[in-house]
Amino acid sequence: MRIGVVTFPGSLDDVDAARAVRLAGGEAVPLWHADDDLGAVDAVVLPGGFSYGDYLRAGAIAARQPLVRAVVDRARAGMPVLGICNGFQVLCEAGLLPGALTRNSHLHFRNRDQGLRVERADTAWTSSYATGQTIVVPVKNGEGRYVGADADLDALEGEGRVVVRYVGGNPNGSSRDIAGVTSADGRVVGLMPHPEHAVEDLTGPSTDGLGFFTSVLQGAVSA
Amino acid sequence: MTVDTVTRAGGTPDEEQPWRELGLREEEYGRIREILGRRPTTAELAMYSVMWSEHCSYKSSKVHLRRFGDLPRSEALLVGMGENAGVVDVGDGYAVTFKVESHNHPSYVEPYQGAATGVGGIVRDILTMGARPVAVMDSLRFGRADAPDTARVLPGVVAGVGGYGNCLGLPNIGGELLFDDCYIGNPLVNALCVGVMKHADVRLAKAEGVGNKVVLFGARTGGDGIGGVSVLASETFDADGPAKRPSVQVGDPFTEKLLIEACLEIFAADLVTGIQDLGGAGLSCATSELAAAGSGGMRIDLDTVPLRDSTLTAAEILMSESQERMCAIVEPGKVEEFLAVCRKWDVLATVIGEVTDGDRLLIDWHGERIVDVPPRTVALDGPVYERPMARPADLDALQAAVPPAESTDLRADWLALVGSPDGCDKSWVTEQYDRYVQGNTVLAQPEDAGVVRIDETSNRGIALALDGNARFARLDPYTGAQLNLAEAYRNVAVSGAVPLAVTNCLNFGSPEEPEVMWQFAEAVRGLADGCRALGLPVTGGNVSLYNQTGDVPINPTPVIGVLGVHADVRQRVRGGWTTAGETLLLLGESRPEFGGSAWASVVHGHLGGLPPRLDLDAERALGGLLASLAADGLVSSAHDLSDGGLAQALTESALRYGVGATVSVDGDPTAALFGESVARAVVTTADAAAVLAAAQAAGVPVTELGTTGGDALVVEGLLELPLDELHTAWSTTLPTLFDTPEAVVGSVPAGAVPTS
Repeated sequence: MRIGVVTFPGSLDDVDAARAVRLAGGEAVPLWHADDDLGAVDAVVLPGGFSYGDYLRAGAIAARQPLVRAVVDRARAGMPVLGICNGFQVLCEAGLLPGALTRNSHLHFRNRDQGLRVERADTAWTSSYATGQTIVVPVKNGEGRYVGADADLDALEGEGRVVVRYVGGNPNGSSRDIAGVTSADGRVVGLMPHPEHAVEDLTGPSTDGLGFFTSVLQGAVSA
Repeated sequence: MTVDTVTRAGGTPDEEQPWRELGLREEEYGRIREILGRRPTTAELAMYSVMWSEHCSYKSSKVHLRRFGDLPRSEALLVGMGENAGVVDVGDGYAVTFKVESHNHPSYVEPYQGAATGVGGIVRDILTMGARPVAVMDSLRFGRADAPDTARVLPGVVAGVGGYGNCLGLPNIGGELLFDDCYIGNPLVNALCVGVMKHADVRLAKAEGVGNKVVLFGARTGGDGIGGVSVLASETFDADGPAKRPSVQVGDPFTEKLLIEACLEIFAADLVTGIQDLGGAGLSCATSELAAAGSGGMRIDLDTVPLRDSTLTAAEILMSESQERMCAIVEPGKVEEFLAVCRKWDVLATVIGEVTDGDRLLIDWHGERIVDVPPRTVALDGPVYERPMARPADLDALQAAVPPAESTDLRADWLALVGSPDGCDKSWVTEQYDRYVQGNTVLAQPEDAGVVRIDETSNRGIALALDGNARFARLDPYTGAQLNLAEAYRNVAVSGAVPLAVTNCLNFGSPEEPEVMWQFAEAVRGLADGCRALGLPVTGGNVSLYNQTGDVPINPTPVIGVLGVHADVRQRVRGGWTTAGETLLLLGESRPEFGGSAWASVVHGHLGGLPPRLDLDAERALGGLLASLAADGLVSSAHDLSDGGLAQALTESALRYGVGATVSVDGDPTAALFGESVARAVVTTADAAAVLAAAQAAGVPVTELGTTGGDALVVEGLLELPLDELHTAWSTTLPTLFDTPEAVVGSVPAGAVPTS
């Protein structure tokens, strides 16, 4: 399976996302922000970083690039898309996912090993997990506080579209401890924590993050 | 406005010039006139003033730094001092370059930008050598933790180090955070960067090849940081002096990230013959250093320099320290390809001149010649001073003031020590730094050393530690510098690495004070002797002088960095205990040594006596033992003993994963728990007999301390500290001092600083 990893100017965790794809057994395909077309990829990861310096709103400029419009079109046709950190911000700015990511309530960038509870184990990116399973992956962001209108959050919860929730402390003040959400069809997932940094015992706090990447690969096999 | 051309300068020899305001001394100005055979033009005066500043010319320190050059030649050293950063061979065809730089004064004036651009500057130095930057570290000193100005400076510095490094995608893998009254008006912000390349990819800052083009690329040139090195870095702060904020540069890490990627692509395609970053002294420095290192001359058309502010004068353009700029020497046939790579990364690139066959640096402005100088006289032949030196008058009394040696309450002292700002949990700071990006961080803070994998196939890696105990250096700068070297060496060794090379950042007061100059000379002599004894080369370094407020200098603060190599990073050893039931062993010899100790400082507010006895043979033996224990997989943790002695080390190892221990100590308990004898480490093992045998073979004394396990640290017959209580004492200090109340959310304008 070919999984595209997009590099924007200012992307930082693109090599890490590609490594995670390879360790999970997939083929990582580098995609350049200025290209118009995704080529023959089966899924796309939008990695973490500071696309365009995040000088406007985090993810706002990236969301308006031609390649992201191509990602949006393919996602609406069912292609799996994972947005991590800045990638999550891009997906919200592009309208593929609801809500917004704002400055952390404590105003600091925060990097820690974070507990997450998997709330939905039937999306394209979380099928390797069990519902209710607790995992540990790094979180690192300055604008990761997930917010939305109460009614919208109620609706999200009602539709079961919260994918992962912070446990053992909320690192950024996100509403209802929401760490990640999914699209109505469960094909697009965005989350602030970094599963691609928990794929090797040597360099991560765990290997719990690998499941996001094996999920999409297994989904392709079983589909 | 009349342009002060070379012709005009020749015809107006008596025109008054602001050499004094630019930081030059009368005899220095006289020498410039002698070199040129006329008065300098305004632009030439600007260039000489910044390049002959203390920061750029090392005019007070040069005579002492020669000692490092006298060290025996090391086979590992590929590029030595004098280039932007030294380069060492770490095996398998890999070369590593690393360096520390200070940004002390800018960080006091404008904490966020001062610290941020300090990181940016050192990263460009590493990039200039042809390496991909792979990690950063920071060594920070502030005034007393509860002083009002510390609350102004520290949060901004930490956010600046984090903001810039995080946005570049460089993991921060370690450093130091220490407090002392002596830094109250003069914090220290030292940043380290390390980069990796293949041997063949090393680049040098040299302008060769007549007709080759000089390309300026990166950010536009603006009015920020004009005279930064001469005004800020080379003068002492006066309480009533003018505000110096305009001299601080403003950073744009996004542009620097693009510059990094563009440079690496340019290097890979072999498009440059020489390259130099623009840091202190900006274009003056880059052009004169490139030309001076080459065999020919250089001609620059200053009108082609892209500006952020069209009203800048020629002298201002030459002195500007706008960040995120580089200068490359490119063969004419490769210019188009070079510019294409820059376009791909949205990096502005402009041909501003060419290499000539003369021996002059010529700069034109509005069609007229405003600079005509021999580049060596600007870049290399600056003034050199043999400053007077004098042993501090108070040193005998200080060394005679023997510290207390007996604790009246071991338990209370222990808690005070680990809860002190120097001894406490640093997560409040390090959580603001990304330690995971690039996916190769094997160890990071709070480990003794940072460890980075440099090859995902072979698992080869490097270890780095930075240490700078200023109390020891105050009591005895010669021994203090060596003790700092020994500590960094030991920190690298406990991770299982083999120490390979040394860098330094020497922070001292005003060189015009004979007592400071003596401290400096003694520290350099100590570091050189220490490196000789350990068989390690000094690959480069940085000198920061004038660190004082009024006539009170900081304690001498030689911050020493040691680089080590891991043949296989999978054998790295961590500092925390993970398993109950393992044997806890103390390696090395303990003596009742309290001079300059954290215990004497925290509990008694005392600084006096002599620092611990240095024993580099013992350090070498311990280092060798630790490397072989790691390679043989015989230890499951190792932690060095330094500030705070055994009490501090046991606390950190226990709290890391919440595993306690029961230990017993022989002899005087104050010395055993709080003494700071060097060449010691604590290890845990499931095979005590094998470790004992290895230690005996290596000639390292071993004491069996006890066994891991339980939810407390118990020192039999003396005290018991539940881990919960210990954790509270250790972890609440910095949040209590520096946390921002959540109520202020929204008061910082969005987008003011990059944060996500």
